[in-house]
Amino acid sequence: MVFDVPLSFLALQLFIGLQNGAFYALLSLGLAVIFGMLNVINFAHGAQYMLGAFATWLGLEYLGISYWWSLLLVPIVLGLFGILIERALLRWLYDLDHLYGLLLTFGLVLIIEGLVTDGFGSSGLPYDKPALFAGSERLALSGLTGNERDFMVVPIYRLWIIVAAVILCIATWYMIERTRLGSYLRAATENPALVRAFGVNVPLLITLTYGFGVALAGFAGVLAAGLQAITPHMGSNLIIVVFAVVVIGGMGSILGSIITSFALGLVEAITRIAYPEASNIVIFVIMILVLLTRPAGLFGREA
Amino acid sequence: MPNSDIPIAAGSEAAMRASATVEPVIQVEGLQAYYGESHILHGVDLTVHEGELVTLLGRNGAGKTTTLKSIIGMVGQRAGSIRVLGQETVNLKSNRIARLGIAYCPEERGIFSSLSVEENLYLPPVIGEGGVSVEELFELFPNLKERRGTKQGTRLSGGEQQMLAIARILRTGAKVLLLDEPTEGLAPVIVQQIGNIIRKLKERGFTILLVEQNFRFAAGLAERNYVMEDGRIVDMVRHDELAAKEAQLQEFLGV
Ligand SMILES: Nc1ncnc2c1ncn2[C@@H]1O[C@H](COP(=O)(O)OP(=O)(O)OP(=O)(O)O)[C@@H](O)[C@H]1O
Ligand SMILES: [Mg+2]
Repeated sequence: MVFDVPLSFLALQLFIGLQNGAFYALLSLGLAVIFGMLNVINFAHGAQYMLGAFATWLGLEYLGISYWWSLLLVPIVLGLFGILIERALLRWLYDLDHLYGLLLTFGLVLIIEGLVTDGFGSSGLPYDKPALFAGSERLALSGLTGNERDFMVVPIYRLWIIVAAVILCIATWYMIERTRLGSYLRAATENPALVRAFGVNVPLLITLTYGFGVALAGFAGVLAAGLQAITPHMGSNLIIVVFAVVVIGGMGSILGSIITSFALGLVEAITRIAYPEASNIVIFVIMILVLLTRPAGLFGREA
Repeated sequence: MPNSDIPIAAGSEAAMRASATVEPVIQVEGLQAYYGESHILHGVDLTVHEGELVTLLGRNGAGKTTTLKSIIGMVGQRAGSIRVLGQETVNLKSNRIARLGIAYCPEERGIFSSLSVEENLYLPPVIGEGGVSVEELFELFPNLKERRGTKQGTRLSGGEQQMLAIARILRTGAKVLLLDEPTEGLAPVIVQQIGNIIRKLKERGFTILLVEQNFRFAAGLAERNYVMEDGRIVDMVRHDELAAKEAQLQEFLGV
């Protein structure tokens, strides 16, 4: 045994690492897509994720909307909210330095988090996820030895998060890399003026892209609602790590940011086993190393 | 010599036929264009009739690219009048202008590196009927057929990228083409190929406004040639006047 811990514990940690990676993937994907099209670093991404979780809670509490309906409806509502933000605020900033978009979306974070704290307090709301997800499944790790140490207890809800994130990531990748609409997006990322001069309504494409990115954050928020207490600052805590993930992966590649996300989730888990004190900073240490050696990120294109 | 004194359609049979009945395909009058603070075009007048091939000649920095970009709507600040296929476009956005049936092939070619050759070819949306089919395009541009599987458009050679940049706008059904220096930096054999293709396009009835520095190449193809200097049209030379005006033109173009 490498770390002198039971295999089942090791496996569970890696599994949780993958599940963290699933959140990194959903959020970094949205950030990358938004940055590519809008040239805006969407600092509000974490707050939009938090709003997704709150909307899920509110939906159940006041409207009786089930978890499954929330998975569909919350991203749509958040997407529309994103479209509103883009039309009203962001579109004035495209020709300016990245800093302006960052500052504006940071201001949005303060406003959104302030309003939510004011309305619901910051102690955290509980959410009853569907009974289906309550239990765990025992999974044999090394054949049928019958040894208790060789079994792993898989929390079903965490498994669901990983499966849902992988499906959504692959679907997004497919849409961007393999469809006609995706070719418009990629081309408009490179040269929006020319794509527009071919007759494509690029401003509409930009608005929808932002809506889609925010919807992804909203979807991650629904997943998070069933996992943890819902607090106004749950997004800020997560998004800092996600920014580091994006820096490490580089902005250039959709597949790259997905792979980086899951890999870093695993790296964090391994660190938690081997040297728990470092588990919260390991991603930032890697970020510094990557910035020093490959400033554009592991999968990014050098400018 | 101010351009407005020149009988516009003279010398071009297609143009005379057209001018008698219908409006010109492109009619630019008093066009002013700006990039931020810099005033680039100072009252450009030019006219292109249906089925005509007209060139825009001039030295580096004369404003040829800016004129084409103004027509397709890629220059944000423009004033004056630009009529395309009968519609005033000076206040329209480029995506609306393109949908009138006009297409632009940029000087830097604008092949997308994140798109495969095939995706580049299919990128511009079809905006009208009667576009050139992909099979025909592969007949016109055999090199592209061979290289259609290339993963990254920008992996093609310069000549192939130029052909791809022209081919992709022929698919769309646009009948008016703005071509910005399609021969720039290419080997003589390829320049000749592109000349042949432009000739075929003209036979097929496309209306073409062609920017060129390569005077011999351009003048051999065109019915009329506009000469630009410092953001103005300073002369217009018909095909049959070329011999007489050659020395004067050489001087203008600094060749
Ligand atoms: N984006 C821009 N911002 C500011 N000035 C510009 C811009 N693009 C071009 N110019 C200036 O406008 C003038 C005309 O440029 P334009 O590209 O239209 O010339 P051109 O005739 O096409 O030249 P060339 O033969 O070199 O292509 C030049 O002085 C150029 O420096
Ligand atoms: Mg030019």
